[in-house]
Amino acid sequence: MKVEIITEKISAGTVVKLIGDVDMNTSPDVRTSIAEVFKTGGSKALLINLSGVRYMDSSGIATLVETMQNCMKQGMKLRLVEPSPSVRDVFELARLSSIFQIFPSMNDALNGI
Amino acid sequence: MTDTRTTVQPQAVTLTVPSHPRFLYIIRSMLYPLAVDAGFGKKGARHIVLAVDEACSNIIRHAYGGDPDKAVTITVLDEPERFVVSLRDYGKKADRSAIAPRALDDIRPGGLGTHFMAVVFEAVTYDTSLEQGTLLTLDKQKQQVKT
Repeated sequence: MKVEIITEKISAGTVVKLIGDVDMNTSPDVRTSIAEVFKTGGSKALLINLSGVRYMDSSGIATLVETMQNCMKQGMKLRLVEPSPSVRDVFELARLSSIFQIFPSMNDALNGI
Repeated sequence: MTDTRTTVQPQAVTLTVPSHPRFLYIIRSMLYPLAVDAGFGKKGARHIVLAVDEACSNIIRHAYGGDPDKAVTITVLDEPERFVVSLRDYGKKADRSAIAPRALDDIRPGGLGTHFMAVVFEAVTYDTSLEQGTLLTLDKQKQQVKT
């Protein structure tokens, strides 16, 4: 099972949309794609759209934690958008919901950037 | 402890997959409907799938050291009072002294899989007395809605 990763530059920053399963098999691909955003630079915000994520495991969480740490280092805002029920589950079990900025829609996430 | 390779348990569903992470979704796909049928509801079933998937990832990572050509066997037993998932590997035996969930306020990547297993299941048992590998048993009581 693969994950589709769609990266789009917008005026407010960069949007990365993940579609599929983010697990031990696919997390390295997600990590690589997000690393490209940092390498390219020039974004004041990174918005990760999680509405299409069917499943996420702890390796996906680890990828997001690393991303959060890298955003802090680079002075970028990280906003997680529309987490699917599966993503909400793993955040809830890991008690990480309060650590990330999570928004119910892209419009909400774009406010104040 | 019984070796699941040679004994068929009544009403048990067994699946063996190679130890490559790309096959984890097959275990998830098998487990979810069984957990729903057992009465845990969609959210409870998703939690069970997450915990078992993490256990399988740990087997691939730690018992087999990332070798994708070994075997992981999952057996699911749906009993009236309990839902029991067993995972059998034939790699390096689990070091029970080194298995502990990390503190959740320690915000860093990794180390969450053991926490998920402990939160979702009432009993997590590692049997390392077998000649080869480990039998991990995850036991959830049906009447206790823990997640």
